[in-house]
Formats: sequence, C-alpha cells, structure tokens
Amino acid sequence: MSRRAGIVGVAESDLGKTPHLTVLSQQATASVAALAEAGLGFADVDGLFTAGGWSWSPAIALAEYLGIQPKHLDGTNIGGSSFEAHVGHAVAAIEAGLIDVALIAYGSTQRTDRSRNQPRPATLAEQYERPYGLPTPVGAYALAANRYMYEHGVTSEQMAEVAVSARDWAALNPKAYYRDPITVDDVLASEMICEPLHKLDCCLVTDGGGAVVLAAEDRWPDVAARPVVVLGHGETTTHNGIAQMPDLTVTGAARSGPAAMTMAGVSHTDFDVVEIYDSFTITVLLTLESLGFCKPGEAGDFVRAGRTGPGGEFPMNTNGGGLSYTHPGMYGIFLLIEATRQLRGDFAGARQVTDAELALVHGTGGVLSSTSTVVLGRG
Amino acid sequence: MEIAVDTESREFWDGVAAGELRIQRCEACGHAVFYPRALCPSCHCDRLVWIVASGRGEVYSYTVAHRAFGEFATEAPFTVALVDLDEGVRMLTRIVGGTVAIGDRVELEFATAAGNQLPCFRPVA
Ligand SMILES: [Zn+2]
Repeated sequence: MSRRAGIVGVAESDLGKTPHLTVLSQQATASVAALAEAGLGFADVDGLFTAGGWSWSPAIALAEYLGIQPKHLDGTNIGGSSFEAHVGHAVAAIEAGLIDVALIAYGSTQRTDRSRNQPRPATLAEQYERPYGLPTPVGAYALAANRYMYEHGVTSEQMAEVAVSARDWAALNPKAYYRDPITVDDVLASEMICEPLHKLDCCLVTDGGGAVVLAAEDRWPDVAARPVVVLGHGETTTHNGIAQMPDLTVTGAARSGPAAMTMAGVSHTDFDVVEIYDSFTITVLLTLESLGFCKPGEAGDFVRAGRTGPGGEFPMNTNGGGLSYTHPGMYGIFLLIEATRQLRGDFAGARQVTDAELALVHGTGGVLSSTSTVVLGRG
Repeated sequence: MEIAVDTESREFWDGVAAGELRIQRCEACGHAVFYPRALCPSCHCDRLVWIVASGRGEVYSYTVAHRAFGEFATEAPFTVALVDLDEGVRMLTRIVGGTVAIGDRVELEFATAAGNQLPCFRPVA
C-alpha cells in the first residue's frame, strides 16, 4: 500500500482589506504560519502549488520570492477549485514518492486593487460571450439559477436560506467580514444584481491569502500538528463559457464527488461536516444535488430552516463561507483550512462541530466550470 | 469592447457584417457546431463547413442584468439569454425588443452593445 498524505498545517493571512500586503507577502505570511503549525520549515518543502492571475507563472514567481527551489511545481489554475485539485495532485506526488512535503498557497489583493473586470479585448472563445456585457461571474450563475428555478420550482426564499445560515456561522467566527445576522427577507430586499440573484446571494469581494501544508505519512511523527488524512479526491471540468455548459442544473460535482467518495470508501451519510464553495447561493444548491446529498430539485428543502447552520443536522460552511467570511477571488483554499480545523477540533463552543471525524470539501471554479472534491478524515 | 477577431472567427464576424448568423456543421456526424473551431467537439473530425443559421430558436435561460461593468454599465438593465438555435447549438446573446420567459420562441435581430454589432434575438410576435 502506498504511503498516505495528510494536512499538517493551515493558516490564513490577514483578510478583508489588506492595503499593507501584496499577493506575495500574503502567501509568505500564510506559508510561514502554516509551516510553523506543522513544525516544519521552508527547507522541508519540496513541492510548491499555487494558482493566480498575478504573474505569467505564479509558481516560479512565488518560489523565487520565498527563496526556495522545489523539485515539484504545480501552477494548475482551474479557478476557485484549484486548491482542492492541488491537494489531489500533491497526494499523488507524495504517494508516488516524488515529494515528502507540499506547500499550497494563495494570495489576492482584488479588493484593494479594484482589479476585477478591467477592460481588455475579447479573445478566442470569449469573443462570442463577453461583447454582450453579461457581468461575470454573477451573470452566469444567474442564468443557472433562473433555469434551476424554472425546472424545479425552487424559490428565491429557499435559495436565501444558504446566505442566512452562512451568516449565522460567520457570527461565530471573529475573522468573518460580516457578522451581523440576516434574514431571508434581508436577502430578498438587498439590491438586485442579476435576476434572480440579489446582492446577499453573492459572495464578498475581499483581499486575503492562505496556505496548506501536506506531508507524507512517514513524516507525521515529526510534525507538531495532528495530521488530517486525505482519503479521496476527484476533479473535472464541464465547460469554460456558460453557453457551453451542457446542463445548467448539473455541475461537475456529479463526477468529482463520487470519484472522491469512492476512493475514500465513504458515502453521503458518513460526513460530519461539509465545506462547499459558496460563490453564490445557487452554487450551493446545485452542488448539493450534483454531489448526491439530495435529489434534483430538493436542495431548497435540504437547506431549509437553518439545517446547515450552527446546531443544524448538516453543518455546512462553518466559517461563514464566501458569502460572509471572506472571498478573495479564488476561495477554495479556505474550504481546506476550515475543514482541517474542524477535524482537529480547534474550536470551542458552537463554532466546533461535535466529534467531527469526516469532512467533504468541494471547490467550484469559473462559471460552474470546474469542480474538485476532497474527502478528509481525522488522523 | 475590442473584439480580437482571429482566423477561426473571421467568417462569423464577416457574417454579422453581412446580416447573417454563420455557424458550422460537421460533415461526418451532422452536428452543428458553435462557436467556430477546427474540429468537431462531438466526433473530433475536422470536416466542418459553414452554414447560415435559420435565426430561430428557443430561450434556454435568461437574466436581467441590473448592474454591469465598464462600458456596459450605462446600458443596464439589459437582458442576456442563452438561446438554443433550431440547428441544435446554444449561444449567449441579448434579448431586444421585448421581454421573454424560458421556453419562449425568439428570432434573430442584430443590435449594438458597447459599440459592436451583434447577433441578438427578439421575441417572436
Ligand atoms: Zn462531428
């Protein structure tokens, strides 16, 4: 049997508005903190994984900045789900004996830069979509939401429950950007951005960075933190532009989810905590169905009345999510950080999911374009 | 918005200038293909020919954008839709000359967005 891989350190950089940081210093501070948690140093890192649009090659730019020359580089960029894919790739490299310690890092200053949606020409396949002016990514998710509501009769009220529960979790997280409780009516009364999505159906726009350190099983005796074992992973893509999505109500989670769960040998009812990329409220409903937690059209009922909130029977997005905690453009790394902390039992009180032993982490990238799923277990 | 017309898209944009919606069809498997490319995404053969679409289709989904960015900001609110052409391909487009619901029939009408002439669709009366 090949040696296992585990997450042995996680950390965020400063979140929210960080004019004192660059995308590189964010990744450096998060990496230092995550390695310190593991009791490891930069000399131990032999695999570097990052994703971003801030350099023609973020992986080599980050390696230079950190002063390391890793023997394994992975700059896979499939949007916000990149970091779940990085975990899968890192585990494969560890199992193959190519590396012992992997560092996954991300940083973004998009809020400070006001860098979203800068003018640039429409190239390649973009020229058939961008000239129509659909705000991206929200407009693409709105198209999916409208189709989903049309097919299944799901309502904006049901969709809003996702944002309400996220905020209830955020109220318990001192690092969350917004912590004041909201109601379904607040969501519906917030500004309409792209029908049917209101402002409070949409993720935040923040700065922030994070880091995750993985180590091979034979290094676990040396590490300071309790390892969280990677039990399974899967990734896929269904399309790039939203017009090419085969079915607006089914995401790649229908493939990456079962792949990860089969590899881990677990099923839906085994999970104690679930972290699902919530770029928009609709993202969560579609993902829950595509992962198979409920049948098509049933996700609205599945998230009803705080079922996914603190104390609910299906604890989900326990840091407040991209909707209320932080969302620096590519949120996936924060799903991994939160799931790791839950499985280690890092928190006190209602913020901690009781006896959390098995977690599902699911990233979505682009405009529902890519998905990657990771199953994590308490070490 | 600047559109970087390239060797694969020129026929499409020449069609727009001529008042036609040009798409491709695969001679091997018969599938219509949009956006234009060098191989058929269904059977992966390269025998693609240009055809002029009928300009009729059905709304698969739509959204009304109340907020838009950059040069599109002053055009909001506007309706963007995914239209399934009768030929069997889906395209992103704008709805002009009325409102639509999912499932409605629509037909081609050229209109301008951010300075570009684009194939858009209007509700069928
Ligand atoms: Zn073909």
